[in-house]
Formats: sequence, C-alpha cells, structure tokens
Amino acid sequence: MTKTVTDVVCPFCGTLCDDLEVVVSDDGKQLTEVYNACVIGTEKFLHSQAKDRVTRPRLRQEDGSWKEISYDDAAEYTAQMLAKAKKPLMYGWSSTNCEAQSVGHEIAEMVGACVDNTAAVCHGTTLIAVQDIGIPSCTLGEIKNRADRILFWGCNPAHAHPRHMSRYSIYPRGFFTGKGQKSRKMIVVDPRVTDTAKLADVHLQVEQGRDYELLNAIRVALNNEWLPDVVAGIPAQKIREVADICKSGRFGIIFFGMGVTQTLSKNHNIDEAIALTKHLNEFTKFSIMPMRGHYNVTGSGEVLAWQFGFPYSVDLSRGFARYNPGDTSTIDLLARGEVDAMFTLGSDPGAHFPISCVKQIAKLPSVCIDPHQTPTSGVSKLHVPVAFCGVEVGGNAYRMDNVPIDMRKVVDPPAGMLTDEEFLIKVRDRVKQLKGAA
Amino acid sequence: METVTITMKNQPALYLEADNVAPDKFAGKTAPQIAELHVYEGNTTSTLGKYFEVAGNAGATAADTRIVVKGDVKKVKYLGMKMSAGELVVEGSTDLYAGAWMSGGTMLVKGNVEAFAATGMKGGELIIEGNAGNYLGSAYRGDWRGVSGGKILVKGNAGSDVGQYMLGGEIVINGNADVHVMTHAEGGKVTIKGNAKSKLGGQLVDGTIIVFGTIDVMMPGFKFVDNVELEVDGTKAKFAHFIGDTGERHKKRKGQLIYGNLYKKI
Ligand code: SF4
Repeated sequence: MTKTVTDVVCPFCGTLCDDLEVVVSDDGKQLTEVYNACVIGTEKFLHSQAKDRVTRPRLRQEDGSWKEISYDDAAEYTAQMLAKAKKPLMYGWSSTNCEAQSVGHEIAEMVGACVDNTAAVCHGTTLIAVQDIGIPSCTLGEIKNRADRILFWGCNPAHAHPRHMSRYSIYPRGFFTGKGQKSRKMIVVDPRVTDTAKLADVHLQVEQGRDYELLNAIRVALNNEWLPDVVAGIPAQKIREVADICKSGRFGIIFFGMGVTQTLSKNHNIDEAIALTKHLNEFTKFSIMPMRGHYNVTGSGEVLAWQFGFPYSVDLSRGFARYNPGDTSTIDLLARGEVDAMFTLGSDPGAHFPISCVKQIAKLPSVCIDPHQTPTSGVSKLHVPVAFCGVEVGGNAYRMDNVPIDMRKVVDPPAGMLTDEEFLIKVRDRVKQLKGAA
Repeated sequence: METVTITMKNQPALYLEADNVAPDKFAGKTAPQIAELHVYEGNTTSTLGKYFEVAGNAGATAADTRIVVKGDVKKVKYLGMKMSAGELVVEGSTDLYAGAWMSGGTMLVKGNVEAFAATGMKGGELIIEGNAGNYLGSAYRGDWRGVSGGKILVKGNAGSDVGQYMLGGEIVINGNADVHVMTHAEGGKVTIKGNAKSKLGGQLVDGTIIVFGTIDVMMPGFKFVDNVELEVDGTKAKFAHFIGDTGERHKKRKGQLIYGNLYKKI
C-alpha cells in the first residue's frame, strides 16, 4: 500500500510551488511518485531515492581516497577548521531552510567569518540596486489576479522556472484577469529567441550588454523626449510603442533574471529597471520582481538581513557586520586570496564559480555539506551528506516574492542521517567550547 | 612638518586592514607609540609594528604630520582612511579604499590603487600616479550621498563606476575610463582626458562630464544642444555640448529644468 501526501512544497526553484502531491510507501521510507511538479522539481524528489547515495561523512585521505567518519568526528573537524581560521568563508545557504541558516550565522559570528549566499553570483546585484533606490514590488498572487502587462527581461522562465507562467504570470485566470493569457500582454526582452520569447506579443531582441541603454530609452520615451533612431538594436518607434503598451495597462510587472543581473552594467541595469517601474507608476500601477533561482536564496537574504542588516556578502571578521560587494563578496574573496578556510552548505560553487576560484577552494581547508556528491564535494577535504531539505525534513523557505512558506517532510532520510540544522548545532556547540563562549 | 616612515617588513598571510595609517591617528605619537596602533588581519587584531618598521615621530597635529609608506603594500587596505590634514605618500601600489572618506590633506600614491579609492571623499587631494580600480570617488555602498568635495587626479586609467552619486568635487583622469561615469550624480565634475566606453551620465541629475577622447556608445538620454568653446585645465578647445539624462527626474530653477552636462571634444 501507498499513501499520498498533498500540498507538498517543491524545494527546487524560487517559484516554490506548494501544490505538489507525492506518493510514498506505507512505512514512509520510500518515495515513489510525484504529481504536479515540473520535470526539474520531480527529479529533485526522485533523486533522494538514489541507491548510490552517500549516507555518512567522508574525509579525504592523503592518497586522495575517502574515509568514512562519524558525524561527531565531522563536526569536530568542521569546528576546528572554522575556529582556527583568520578569515573563514561560509558560503551557500540557498538550498536549505531558514532554521539551518540561522544556526550557521551563530557560528559565523563566533568565528568571525564572511557569510555569503548564492546571490553573490546571481541576484546580488539586484540587492545592491534595491539598497540604492528601493523597490516597488508585490506578491505573485497579485500578479495572477491583476497583472495585464508582463515583461520578462533577461530571464527564461520556460526553462528556469517552468511553472511560473502557468501558476502566476501568464496563463492563470485570476480575479481581474478572467481571460487568462488573453487578458495579458507579454513583452520579452532577450538577445536570444528563447522559448519564452517565442510566446511573447512583443520580443525586443536587445543587443547584448545594452539593457541599461534600452531601459533608459523607455524612460526617455515616457518623458516624450528626443531619442536616437536606434537604441540597443531596437528602433525608436518600437521603444515608444512598448512604452505605450506599458502605460496603457492597469497593472504591470517586470520580471528579470540573470540576463540583466550578471551582464554588463549589473546592478545599474536593475537600478534603471526599478527607476523605470517607479516612472511607470506616474501613469499606472507597476511592480518589479527578481526571478530568484534557488528555492530559498530569498530566505537566506531575509535571515541574514534580520540578523546582520545585510542580505548577502556579510563580513563579520572584525566583530561587526560589514557589507561591500567587491570587497566582501565570495568571488572577490576567493580570487584575491582573502580567506583561509572554505565552508560550503546548500550550494555548488565547484560547478558555478570561475576556475581560479575553484582552484583556490581546492587549496584551502574545506568542508562541503550537501546531500549530493557535487563538484564542490569533489574538491573539499570533508564531505558531510545530510537529509534532503524539503523532502526528508521540513522548515521554512521564502518564495521569490518574499512570501515565507513552510515546507513539508514527505519521507524519512536513510537511517542515522542528520539534517543541515542538526549537524550545524553540533558544530555550533563545539565552536562555543573552542572559543570559550558561555 | 615631521615625517614618519613605515616600511613593510612582514607581509600578511591574508590582507591587512590598516585604517589607522593616517596623519590624524599618528599625530602626537612617538615611533614606538605608532607601532602599537592596531591593524587587523581577518578576525585577528595585532599591531602596526608587527608588520611595519616604524621610524620617526609624528608632529603634534595631523597637519604637522607626513607619513611615508614604503615596501610592498599591495595587500594593505584603508591607507589614509578619514585623513583630514597632513600628508601621506605611498611609494608603491596599494589595495582597496585608499583615501576613503578623506576630508583634507594630501595623499599621493606612486603606483596603482585598487577599487573604492576616495570613497565618500569630502575634501583634500588624492593623486594617483598609476591606475585606479573600480568605484573611484564613488559613494559607499548603499549611500546616495557620494563624494562632496576635494580633488582626485589619476595619471593612468580608471575602472568602472567613477563618481557614482557624486555631489561635488572634481575628478580628473588623464587616461581612459571604463563604463559608468557619474551614475546618479547630482553635482561635481569628472574630466576624462583619454577615451570613455559607455553608460556615461546614466541617471545623471546634475553635474558635468568632459571627455577629450572617444565615447563608444552614448546614453540615449543625452541630447545635443550646441558646440561650445571651453578652457579645461589650460587647454582651449571646441566641445559638443549634450544635456541629460532626459529620462531622469530633474530639479527646476526659475521654472527651467536643470540638466547634467556632457562635453565631448571635437
Ligand atoms: S516551477 Fe520550480 S518550484 Fe515549481 S515544480 Fe518546477 S522546479 Fe519546483
């Protein structure tokens, strides 16, 4: 016999779908089927059932092989590494729950670490812009029920957030958007003809690296000022048309992704996009929202911000919180050789960072806490496998619109495995002893 | 004026935060007292004397104190931070935040500086004989009140984000500048004697940009007004005059909108 767990939350992307149904064996030990999730979400659940899963911490030996050790020994190793370092880096945090993040931050404060999440290589630039000029935003529910002008700028939800358009932004029939897709105008700005762009009413095929100019040009059009004939590869006429489409809506939203946050101009792109949103509010109601990637990167920003005042790249080395991406951000810290220990949890820098930074991780004392075997666990000295967050343990996560959602546990982890939070508590208690803190 | 010379003897394993190396902090102290000032390497606090040889006593006040920094200080941050008077000479290149928040006095760097030099500067003079990194003379992260006074001269090139949120003061770059010059600025002046790339004056409210060389791509929010004759740093030449950013908000004076100005040599 099996049982079906309903209203399960998907711990994969920032859409954080909360309508999944998961079929598990009667003893709650095996997960057999997943309904309602997209392909990537389904994979995440099924992956927890992999037969070759590592279930105990492993320490790298001199000859390069792994030796299985106990969780207690792993906690001792991690605590010693962090307590000895002059400037340890504690990176990741985006694929775990807020409870674990909070314990991690306690450790960081005691050892004087730099704490950073995956925003450092993703939407961190968004956070810089938000700090610079604020952000008029809303929830995904409001978009579903009200939005009739949808802009996707430098993002491709068809692939990266597969259920975003069907649950919230394009297809659903909401309270004031009863005709679903027909009640909405969809504009996509992307240098490539993506699968999202193919669905658009208007596709602005912007020249690469010229988003800042194009955003500026739309604002110039809103002010009815002179424009050059072509901006960023788009004719002025077209830019004025798009400005008019935006103005004529009742409720508009700009969604944006890494196509603008990590290309030339970075935070300035977002800064200008927020300024455009503000500008459009002189004519109608407009909002803007980042398409956050990891399911709980938003939560990491929230927890860091309420504990230390800054949402990412926080440097606690001098006993108080400092924040200045470029100085305190992970890529810079690694590339410049500013840190002497690397702790990774809930992210895979080994797969995503520039090779020079990955080499640096390989040189440092390092611990990687991750349910999977990843390129990061591959270059780390200690790999601590843990229970899958959102599958084998619940906890809190924040959706891309800053709405907190409690995740559900659907199956038990393999016998004897710890969760992120449980392991971190062991480390924290040991660090407390080492640092002599009461 | 008394001179204190500090010479790097023990390189830090990581990076050193030396925000106490400024005439204001040295003033009234003898060499042994100066060697006792704190420096920070990661989470470890130690003394200046552990890393530097200190020679000479400081003057009674900051204005009477001249500091000369010798040796390799490429991994030293915050030299000259918050200095208000006196002199600081760095014989080589240095790291982040050179002369950050300085309000007076003169700082001379004979080599290059990395990012965030003269962050939030209020006054005084910073001269960089080599190149400057990104965010030269910009606001501190998240602050909308940037550089409000003082003078910066870079003899080489500058990185991106020169003069972000600038309110006043002057920056002269003898070489080239990377993208984003005076973003969000509401005053002040940046002169680029070499070439500029793009995104000059984006979201500019007020202030002046002068470019002697080429501009790869102009912002769409800048419109041509007329050609004018200008004298810049003793050079008389003809410049094309643009105003902008026309997409941005602007203040009004006597019923007239006040724009930022961009002059490009022709
Ligand atoms: S869209 Fe995102 S949250 Fe929803 S099921 Fe797919 S991966 Fe999971």
